[in-house]
Amino acid sequence: MWKNIYLWLDERIGFNDLYKNLLDRPEPKTNWWNTLGSASLFLFILQGLTGIFLTVYYTPSPDHAYDSITYIMEGVAFGWLIRGIHHWGATLMVLVVFIHMLRVFYTASFKYPRELTWLIGIGLFLTTLGMGFTGYLLPWNQKAYWATTVGTQIAGTVPFVGEFILKALRGGPELSALTLQRFFAAHIWIIPAVLAALIGIHLYLIIKHGESHSPTKED
Amino acid sequence: MSDSHELSRRDFIKVTTGIVGGLIGAIIGLPSVYYLIDPALREGGKEAWIPIGKFEDMQVGTPYPFSFTRVQVNGWERTASSFGGYAIRKSDSPEDLLILNSRCTHLACTVNWSAEAEAFLCPCHDAAFDIEGEVLDGPPPRALDVYAEHRLTEDGIIEIFFKEA
Repeated sequence: MWKNIYLWLDERIGFNDLYKNLLDRPEPKTNWWNTLGSASLFLFILQGLTGIFLTVYYTPSPDHAYDSITYIMEGVAFGWLIRGIHHWGATLMVLVVFIHMLRVFYTASFKYPRELTWLIGIGLFLTTLGMGFTGYLLPWNQKAYWATTVGTQIAGTVPFVGEFILKALRGGPELSALTLQRFFAAHIWIIPAVLAALIGIHLYLIIKHGESHSPTKED
Repeated sequence: MSDSHELSRRDFIKVTTGIVGGLIGAIIGLPSVYYLIDPALREGGKEAWIPIGKFEDMQVGTPYPFSFTRVQVNGWERTASSFGGYAIRKSDSPEDLLILNSRCTHLACTVNWSAEAEAFLCPCHDAAFDIEGEVLDGPPPRALDVYAEHRLTEDGIIEIFFKEA
């Protein structure tokens, strides 16, 4: 029976083509530095999953944000593990995405026909930083509060539109419940949606063009 | 390659990837399930004697309504839950007291005594129970629950034994 189900699905989906295009692509002879893109994708998925689990207990309100995180860390079974992975995975993701970017730069993989992949990659790096920035506020402790005060203040130094940007980020002139709520919305809905869409395009382009050869001495 | 008995390099990589991936999945997946269902595994079960009213205020044949709240710590918040019921006095003896839980046995709405209908009526799905708590009409699967244990204090107050779910 399983065989029949498999065949039915295969006829409509085409597992063989999927396998060939996604996992069995011809690869140039390269090294471990070329695995960092996959590592970034893995970390994105890991952050997504642990993040979804955290929202089961987290409350984005100034009254309860800190208490709910204390509860996750001390009250819920394996809460420390889920949050620990999300916490350290966040730092690791910024690091891995950045090193991935450096690798692409040093091997000149951004050149024709992969300029668009590179540009989208820049977008991916910036949105990853956005995830880090918005996620940092959510524990609503002293460090989070002041880091966001400073961060949004820096955004406010933009000439002419600075004050508008600052108010838009904070949801008002000062940090408040509105700031926490909109950072939460940005962190779990807006930026991940953008990130997922960009990753989709990025992956499509990589599959379309294949990986670039490592430059030789003649290059 | 495939007809040799030794594991090919390709197959080794596949198997290793599968095992490592499975391990990572299990290490994160199993605790995640525990994490999600953790509140359902908590044991409540705190016990208390709750005063519901003076025995002398309860009149024979007329259900005496009472309600009380219990505060429980749920996660990071203290939540007050309301409970209620009716005490039905049958004679002069405080032993001869039927104490019904006003939580409908159908889907947990609160029933109210209607003197007109001489029944406990549930506003949600038109259930009706008689003064003994037996089902008269509607969808409930069984009679109203009772608070089985009660006692009379020296001050003439009826207390019921309550155990949290």
